[in-house]
Amino acid sequence: MKNYDLVIVGGGPAGLAAAISARDNGIQDILIIERDDRLGGILNQCIHNGFGLHTFKEELTGPEYAQRYIDQVLERGIDYKLNTMVMDISPDKKVTAMNREDGMFVIPAKAVILAMGCRERPRGALNIPGYRPAGIYSAGTAQRLVNIEGYMPGKKVVILGSGDIGLIMARRMTLEGAEVKVVAEIMPYSGGLKRNIVQCLDDFGIPLKLSHTVVDIEGKERVEAVTIAEVDDHMKPIPGTEERYECDTLLLSVGLLPENELSRQSGVELSRVHKGPVVNDALETNVEGIFACGNVLHVHDLVDFVSQEASQAGKNAAAYISHGEKKAKRVVKLNPVDGVRYTVPEFVRPEEMDDTVTVRFRVGAVYKNAAVCTYFGDKCVARRKKQIFAPGEMEQVILKKADLLADPDLKEITLKIEEA
Amino acid sequence: MYDVAIIGAGVTGSAIARYLSRYQVKACVIEREEDVCDGTSKANSAIVHAGFDAHPGSLKAKMNVRGSEMMEDLSKELDFPYDRNGSLVVATKDQDASLLDKLAEQGRENGVKDIRILDEKELKEMEPNLADDVVKALYAPTGAIVCPFNLTIALAENAADNGVEFFLNTTVEKVERDGDHYRIETDGKVIEAKAVVNAAGVYADAINNMVSAHKYHIIPRRGQYKLLDKTAGQHVRRTIFQLPSKMGKGVLVSPTVHGNLIVGPTAEDIDDKEGINTTSEGLDSLSRTAALSVKNVPLYEVITSFAGLRAHEEGGDFVLGEAEDAPNFFNALGIESPGLSSAPAIGEYLSDLVAEKLGLEKNPNFNGKRKGILDPSKLSMEERNELIKKNPAYGQIICRCEMITEGQILDAIHRTLGARSLDGVKRRTRAGMGRCQAGFCSPRTMEILEREVPMSAFDVTKTGGKSKLVIGYNKRV
Amino acid sequence: MAEEKKNLTCICCPMGCQITVTLKDGEVTDVTGNTCKRGDIYARKEVTNPTRVVTSSVRVTGGEIPMVSVKTKEDIPKGKIFDCCRAIEDIEVPAPVKIGDVILKDVCGTGVDIVATKNVAAR
Repeated sequence: MKNYDLVIVGGGPAGLAAAISARDNGIQDILIIERDDRLGGILNQCIHNGFGLHTFKEELTGPEYAQRYIDQVLERGIDYKLNTMVMDISPDKKVTAMNREDGMFVIPAKAVILAMGCRERPRGALNIPGYRPAGIYSAGTAQRLVNIEGYMPGKKVVILGSGDIGLIMARRMTLEGAEVKVVAEIMPYSGGLKRNIVQCLDDFGIPLKLSHTVVDIEGKERVEAVTIAEVDDHMKPIPGTEERYECDTLLLSVGLLPENELSRQSGVELSRVHKGPVVNDALETNVEGIFACGNVLHVHDLVDFVSQEASQAGKNAAAYISHGEKKAKRVVKLNPVDGVRYTVPEFVRPEEMDDTVTVRFRVGAVYKNAAVCTYFGDKCVARRKKQIFAPGEMEQVILKKADLLADPDLKEITLKIEEA
Repeated sequence: MYDVAIIGAGVTGSAIARYLSRYQVKACVIEREEDVCDGTSKANSAIVHAGFDAHPGSLKAKMNVRGSEMMEDLSKELDFPYDRNGSLVVATKDQDASLLDKLAEQGRENGVKDIRILDEKELKEMEPNLADDVVKALYAPTGAIVCPFNLTIALAENAADNGVEFFLNTTVEKVERDGDHYRIETDGKVIEAKAVVNAAGVYADAINNMVSAHKYHIIPRRGQYKLLDKTAGQHVRRTIFQLPSKMGKGVLVSPTVHGNLIVGPTAEDIDDKEGINTTSEGLDSLSRTAALSVKNVPLYEVITSFAGLRAHEEGGDFVLGEAEDAPNFFNALGIESPGLSSAPAIGEYLSDLVAEKLGLEKNPNFNGKRKGILDPSKLSMEERNELIKKNPAYGQIICRCEMITEGQILDAIHRTLGARSLDGVKRRTRAGMGRCQAGFCSPRTMEILEREVPMSAFDVTKTGGKSKLVIGYNKRV
Repeated sequence: MAEEKKNLTCICCPMGCQITVTLKDGEVTDVTGNTCKRGDIYARKEVTNPTRVVTSSVRVTGGEIPMVSVKTKEDIPKGKIFDCCRAIEDIEVPAPVKIGDVILKDVCGTGVDIVATKNVAAR
């Protein structure tokens, strides 16, 4: 097996952008390892449009967006292996992977970029009672069946969860001839984009029931009916509010989880909140030379931000390979409070950081007429007003190196949501 | 004409078939589901009980202790996962701890080896996550955990390899005595046999009552469980029971042989023999009850919940043996807990009874060994690469959570009594049993079944019958 | 002709303003409920000439994968979404297919082509 300086785990949007950026920053020997049979990751099955508005100023479908990056990877002659599963990453960056042709092999890498993406929460994680028949799919699995394999999972559909994949699948199944009876969302708001609610549900007269969840699944072999009920403030079903829908399919779009089993094995510290690695301003984990980006780091709303973040990770990994680890002179912790659920990165190094660092985060609830405020210690240094902050959207604050250098005693930067 | 027809391919029926195949016999097993291990045997605690629970002298006590003794050797002969992890019955400070002494006494009387009482200090060194209120425990080092799927499948495969025929997807509709033999009407063929063994689980009463005037009544006792991610699998090392009550053995918290953590079961007597649905009350109660013995159980790590039905016979004990008014009709009835633990003993005992009655000769060609599906993760890298070179399918991961290769799935499909459904593949290989619960591997496994069986994509099921996974091509439904 | 009011949800940001548009003789006379200019523009277009890009997939013969994803190259009238889906129902295209390849010209008389959005190599 050839030696590689940089191994990128995952050939989806994050891995592709990271590879391009690392190459453009001078790294020759890069290997992308992808478990599926083509590059592009989950974008290959996201055939709807709406991708790339920030990056390309046009609305692309998922496969088109992916192809733009795949083409750049091919132009640069970056190596990749398909149908290859990474089995282990050791703390000293030995990457063990396996496929049919090469068998099991180990690549001692100088740096590793984690770009494995995320997976869907399954039914089991929700404790939905009832039978366990065929016809219960996560929205992403159904999306793969319909868009990649060309099979219809069912004809009469109930969807739990109004995340974007659930909404997109409501339209997709409708256009393919299925009847989507209802979308139930346990929260009092939808995590999906307004555009998707209008164009995937309203356009087709599909009702969205907020503060509702599934309380029973009937059918011993195949789903026969699903009962939903309204929930109270503690998300407990309210007796007497049950509504039964005859259907053959239940799709679940109930959240995404960064896929960090490999990260954990390699000793990477994970955030309890966003479930991805804890990183510094360079998107480097606590394990030196292991970087993370994209949905494995934290679940993004738009792929454009995944690409941006991954470019940063690629550039930083390149710098690490070329110049080694810079010892941080000091570390400033980022402290998310009052509505800010987490930050990525978790801390910054004022002396080593780039001129600007984008701090990404999500809010914990819907806030109207509010402002995101940045405090250096107890001094408010920035305040950005918005009409609305919603948990479904990723927010960001940009830190300037000059500001941090100007405050040599700075220990902590607090981000919070305040009334405007 | 068969010598013996066994009704039911759960762990009991499969064990009887396997031990019966030690004799020269023309035997068959009739199973209504599309696969073996598709009823109670697939949804239980996966425990090999040490044997102190049952009343001394009962069949439950005898079969449990004997089964527990047999299980380790059997796991080697038939190559299924088994781990003698030991078990603890814990008492909290509010409970009558003297009950533990009585239980220990009962265990000794039943012949359970090495049981002893532990004080709080010793106990909490052993299991630091026991609830703070736990003050005393009964420790049974012979308690064990097992893979119930592979135990059952291994028994069935080995029986089939030794000549027993299996009729799957075949529901028994009527059993009647016809002169010197029995006539079994099914939804397909009619099967005639000199002897019948009734191992029909929750339906064993119905089968018995067709031929015997001694009527039995089985109450399906539902047990609901939660299965937690492997990240929670080390929360306890041993199986932690609570002091038994009238409604069963209480809720246990235990590692599984595959490294998950299992919490359950509830105990609810229900009417519906198909009622394997979970309920919100049941699932909620597990969280509360588990906390009585084990603290901080990370229930947020739950990856699935399920329910199984114990075949509780009103008499309370196993019913094993020939019906007094129906010659050559043998019951294995009321096989609730400790049924899994007892399976090898029941298999041995009943097959010997049948053989004696029919005057069967030993089968000189009996081969009691069975090789399980290879687990490549147990191989060295060199061995693994050798394997992949010979069969590249072992280089292709299909289930990312459990890291199951295509090679294992092909083996599961092509071996004796091979898998024909997603659940069949899952129970044999664990593909789809991990934290994403088959979200990733379902379409891939479907494709493999379609290609290898071979079968139409529209006939691939989750678990046989009408449990089809896709209903047609896009745009054409 | 009488005055007509139409209610819709703005899609421009998570606010999702409930906008009411008043029309007289098919002409927009008033837009209320929006909180910004974008909402006004969206609402006027949505009530007079709502359009959508339709995405779907069609079968490929001889390809490395069985389906190729497609889209309408531009927006088509919202009312033609289902007609458009029906029009591509039975289409099968031979591999290879490249992004941008025209799969169906002028779908349902809209003047808009259906084009491929994925590369599919021949098997």
